[in-house]
Amino acid sequence: MKASISIPADPKVQYLLRIGDTCLILGQRLGEWCGHAPIIEEDIALTNMALDLIGQARGVLTLAGNLCPQDYDEDQLAFLRDERDYLNPTLAELPRGDFAATVLRNLMLSTWLKLLWERLLDSSDAELSAIAGKALKEARYHQQHAADWLQRLGDGTEESRRRVEAALAMLWPYAAELFESDAVDAAAAAAGLGPSSDGLREPWLSEMAAVFAELHLSMPAQGPFRSSGRRGVHSEHMGYILADLQYLQRAFPGGAW
Amino acid sequence: MNGAAVADRSARAWAVLDAVPDPEVPAISVCELGIVREVLDHGASMEIVLTPTYSGCPATEVIERSVLDAIDAAGLGPARVTMRRAPAWTTDWISEDGRRKLRDYGIAPPGPVVADGAVPIRLVGRRAETLACPRCGSMHTERLSAFGSTACKSLWRCIACREPFEHFKPL
Repeated sequence: MKASISIPADPKVQYLLRIGDTCLILGQRLGEWCGHAPIIEEDIALTNMALDLIGQARGVLTLAGNLCPQDYDEDQLAFLRDERDYLNPTLAELPRGDFAATVLRNLMLSTWLKLLWERLLDSSDAELSAIAGKALKEARYHQQHAADWLQRLGDGTEESRRRVEAALAMLWPYAAELFESDAVDAAAAAAGLGPSSDGLREPWLSEMAAVFAELHLSMPAQGPFRSSGRRGVHSEHMGYILADLQYLQRAFPGGAW
Repeated sequence: MNGAAVADRSARAWAVLDAVPDPEVPAISVCELGIVREVLDHGASMEIVLTPTYSGCPATEVIERSVLDAIDAAGLGPARVTMRRAPAWTTDWISEDGRRKLRDYGIAPPGPVVADGAVPIRLVGRRAETLACPRCGSMHTERLSAFGSTACKSLWRCIACREPFEHFKPL
């Protein structure tokens, strides 16, 4: 028996998995803060956002599963796929880091997701458009939360400022991947399923610039480094997060409780 | 089945649903929460159309179960629940009765949702939200956190009566 499921090379499925996996993996990372956040309100906030993200992932993965000839359900897609078939950008899977890294990544990804959901309202797929209608409202809350905290940390103490700057240096190189367009994007755009990634770059940069200007942070230059999670080639951190996520269903296939 | 009987069965189903509490905010019913979109009588079975509140709301499955149990218990079944995501649920759909019951329960009800559109993030010059304490009515309150015990609520504190309270966020 084959332990993992395989994913068809259908660009529509891959386009949806890129979105759903971003929500699922970021949600899993945020869930790690449960019981570990600096204050209880943030413990609750981060896990609330994790719940929104996992809910969004469920909707999008269900949709992707319906397009597979094997008619996978959301659980099969989440728990039985190998690393190479996960298509989230690498940024989502990086370790949670300190609180500054968590809020900066949240700002980067919630801004990206917000812009994406806005465009997906016009998707030719009615179900994806409906998911976007709800997710957009949630992403706005997530983005505001991240921006509020980044401001507090950026304008806080020397230590908090130092941590924001360190987080920026660490995470910024992973932003470029979010806006790389390829054949999967082109097929989705042609079918009216959703936007091509490169169209999100300018609005994203302008929203990020507005926050950075407030904090007198300068936007780092983009180097030659390119991460490749959206093509299924992940960082060394991905295997560990999948081990955490998938252990139970791998050890007890089909287990329910 | 004649028209009067159909109307009667749907009307009875609505009345039954109006007594099904939201599992996380049991002070109000699923009807008052505004998530019951339609009750359809297909003759052999009933169809209840619900709209989920938040994408990740863990109560969704419990609500589905309690709706079906209530319809069955009233002898109106068999029934099935279908989920309709669009248009997305908004707190504007919470009824007036629902709002009053929330306040009585100690949860500040949501104000009107600001018209959707590209709301940019604001760091400075953001107008502070004002909210009346559901216990003493004072407007001298402050927000502690945008996220509360459930996805739909934020955490507040009344500076006048010193009581913490929750606010159903406009969404």
